[in-house]
Amino acid sequence: MTSGVHRARKRMHLAAHFPGVNNTTVWQDPRSGSQIDFSSFQHLAETAERGTFDFFFLAEGLRLREHKGRIHDLDVVGRPEAISVLAALAAVTERLGLAATVNATFNEPYELARRLASLDHLSEGRAAWNVVTSSDAFTGENFRRGGYLDRADRYTRAAEFLATARELWDSWPLDEEPRPFVHHGRHFDIHGEFTVPRSPQGHPVVIQAGDSAEGREFAASAADVIFTLHGTLEAGRAFYADVKGRLARYGRRPEDLKIMPGVTFVLGDTDAEAAERAVEIRRQQVSGQTAIVFLEQVWGRDLSGYDPDGPFPDVDPEPEGQVTMGRVRHGDRLATAAKWREISEQKQLSIRETVIEVTGRQSFIGTPETVAGALDEFVQTDACDGFILVPHLTPGGLDEFVDRVVPLLRERGSFRTEYEGSTLREHLGLRQPAESEDGTGLDNH
Amino acid sequence: MPAPTRPLHLAAAIDAPDQYQAAYYVELARLAERGSLDFVTLDDSLAPPAPGTGRLDALTVLSRVAPRTQRVGLVPTVTTTHTEPFHVSAGLATLDWVSRGRAGWTVRVSATEAEAGHVGRRPVAPPVALWREADEVADAVARLWDSWEDDAEIRDVATGRFVDRDKLHYVDFVGEHFSVRGPSIVPRPPQGRPVIAVDATDEAVHAFAARHADVIYIRTEDLDTARIVRRTIRQLAAGAGRDPDRLTVLASIQVQLIDPADAVRLAERIADWFRDGAADGFHIRPTAPLRDLGRLVDATVPLLQQRCLFRRFYPGDTLRDHLGLRRPSNRYARPQEASR
Repeated sequence: MTSGVHRARKRMHLAAHFPGVNNTTVWQDPRSGSQIDFSSFQHLAETAERGTFDFFFLAEGLRLREHKGRIHDLDVVGRPEAISVLAALAAVTERLGLAATVNATFNEPYELARRLASLDHLSEGRAAWNVVTSSDAFTGENFRRGGYLDRADRYTRAAEFLATARELWDSWPLDEEPRPFVHHGRHFDIHGEFTVPRSPQGHPVVIQAGDSAEGREFAASAADVIFTLHGTLEAGRAFYADVKGRLARYGRRPEDLKIMPGVTFVLGDTDAEAAERAVEIRRQQVSGQTAIVFLEQVWGRDLSGYDPDGPFPDVDPEPEGQVTMGRVRHGDRLATAAKWREISEQKQLSIRETVIEVTGRQSFIGTPETVAGALDEFVQTDACDGFILVPHLTPGGLDEFVDRVVPLLRERGSFRTEYEGSTLREHLGLRQPAESEDGTGLDNH
Repeated sequence: MPAPTRPLHLAAAIDAPDQYQAAYYVELARLAERGSLDFVTLDDSLAPPAPGTGRLDALTVLSRVAPRTQRVGLVPTVTTTHTEPFHVSAGLATLDWVSRGRAGWTVRVSATEAEAGHVGRRPVAPPVALWREADEVADAVARLWDSWEDDAEIRDVATGRFVDRDKLHYVDFVGEHFSVRGPSIVPRPPQGRPVIAVDATDEAVHAFAARHADVIYIRTEDLDTARIVRRTIRQLAAGAGRDPDRLTVLASIQVQLIDPADAVRLAERIADWFRDGAADGFHIRPTAPLRDLGRLVDATVPLLQQRCLFRRFYPGDTLRDHLGLRRPSNRYARPQEASR
C-alpha cells in the first residue's frame, strides 16, 4: 500500500475449513472428537457462524490414500459426502455460506448442477462449489468412467463442466417457465430440460483451488473465489496482482474474484507461549512414523529401517519410484531430497526434526493481537482478500479464534460485526450473475 | 377379532409439485413424525416430474430435513442408471450419519429418453436391462457400506494408528456395467446399511425386490393384486435365500382426505387389507400433502391406534428399529466379530 494515499479499510473475508484427512489434523489430542458424527460438523459450523464467517468449507477425497500398497493409517480417515452434510448444516445455521468441494472429473453436469441448485434453495442462497479436477487412474478405479485425463484436459473439462452447469442454472429464468437447453461440446453433449428453478444466488458461488498458471487463468475467467496457498507477504502480493490483473481480459472487475489462502494458526497468551504451543502441535502432526512416510514419498522407496530420531538416510531417492497414491506428488525429488539433506546437516537435525522443519510451520502464531495484526496486514496490503482457516482439531479448533481474534478484527474495522446480507454472494460482496440469453454468464464461451 | 401380532407399518410420500422451500418439507416430515409413521419418501429422477415443472434433488432435501426431525425415517429416491455407485453409496451413508440412523433408499432406474439426453453418456435401455444393472449397483453400494468394519477406527495413540487398515476392505466389485475398487470414503453408517426400498409394481422389478429390498411398494387400488404380488415376491425372496418375514410389503395408494369421513374410511381400508394379509402396511401418497397428511395423522392414525393396530410412539431410534430389522452384520468381518 502506498503511504499517504487514503484508502478505505478493506473488510476481510473469513472461511472455516473442516479439519482434513492429513497430518495437519491432530487426532491424538484428548480433545479430538469424531470426524464423522454430525455433531462435529454442527459445532464447527455454529462456531463459524458465531464468528460471522463468510463460509464453511468441506474438502473431498474419492479414494483412500495408500502408502506402500496399503491404506495409509497414520492420519484421520473417513468423511461424509459434502453436499448432503452441508444440506443438513443448512438446517442448524442461518447465514453461514456452505461450500462443497466436488470433483468435475467424476461427475456429470446435470446431476451436480441440480444438487448444487438444490442446496442453494434449501439454504436460501448460501451454496458454493469448490471445483476440483483429478487426473489419476487410481481414483478412477472407483468410477464408471474410470480412467485417466491428460493434465491438459483437466482444466478444459472443468471449464466446460462449469460453463455447462451455468447454462443449466440459466435455463430456468426467475419467475418464468423452464427453457430447453442444448450443449454440444468436446466433453459434454446434452440436451433437455433442467429441473430446478433459478436458485436464490442465481448461480452458487464458485471456488477454484489451485495456483498453477492454468488454475489462475481458469479462476480469472470463471471463479468467484480462489483458494490459494499461503506464503510470504511479498509472494501474496505478487500472486494477488497477477490474478487480479487477469480479470479485465474477461470483462471482470478486481472485486469479482476474492483471493483467500488456506492458513493455520496457533494462539497463546504471550507470543512465546504461542510459539511453544506451535512447536508442540508440529510434533503431534509429525510423529516419527509420519516423518518416515514423508521421506518415503520423496525418496520413492522403503525407508522403514531408518530411525526417525537418527540422522538422514545416506541413500538417494528413486526418481521413478512411487510409494504413495492419492496424494499430490512432489516435483523434482532429487532436488527436494538434496535440499532436505542439506538442512538436516546444517542444523544437525534428525529425520523427524527435519521433516517438522521443512513441511511448514503454522501460518500465524502469536497472541490474539499479534495474529489479528498479521492477518490484517495481509489483507490491507493486498496480499489477499481474506483467509480460509484450517483448524488442527475437530471440533473445537475454531473456538479460540472466534472468541479471541474475531473481536479484535472487528475492533480494527477489518471484519464485519454482524451479517449484513443473507446470501453468500452478499457476504462476499459479489454481484448476482446476470441472466444471460446464452447462459454462459462470465465465461468466454 | 384379536389384533394381529405382526406390526402395521405406515409411510407417507411428501412429494409436492414445485415446492422449493426447505420449510415445506420439514413441516410435512414433522407431521409424519407426530403420527409416528415409519418413514417419509421423496421421489426423484434426472428429469422434470412433468414438462414445465421441477423438483429438488431428493437426497439433498431429506438431508436438510434430518436435523429438524428426531425419529421418522427418511427415504429419498436415488437413481442407478446414470449415476455413480460410489457417489450413491456415499450420499446415502451420509444421510444415515446426519439423521443418526434413519436413512433409506428407494432404488429407481432411468428408463426415459429425456434422462438419457440430460446425461448424454449412454442410450436409453429397456427396463429389464436397467434393473439388471440396478442389481449390480445395489450390490456394489451395499459392499461399500460394509467396506469399513464398525471398529475400524482405533485411534491408537501408542502405535500412532488412526485406523486398523485390516478392517478397511477393497470391495473389488466387477459387474457387467462397471467396477468399483473401494473402500468407501465414508465410515460404515449407523444402521450398518441404510434400508433399501423399491417400487415392485412392475414385474421387471420383482427379481430385484426379492434380492435386495427391505421395503417394497405395490401401487394398486385392488386388494387381490396386492395379495398376489406380495406372495410372489415373498416366494422369490425365499428362493433367493432370504427370510420373507424380513420384507415389509406396503400397498402404495393415492389418497384424498377431503373431509373427516375420508380419514375414517381410510382407517377401515388399512385395517381390512392388513388383516387380510394383502400388505404389511401402507405407503400413503397424498394428493394435497399438507391437508391429507394432516388428516391422516390427526384422524386415521388415532383410529388405528385405538384398535391396537399401530404404534403410539417410536420404540426405537433408527429406521431399522421401526421396521423390526436387525442391524446387518458386516460381510467382511471375521465371524467372531460379526456375532458380537
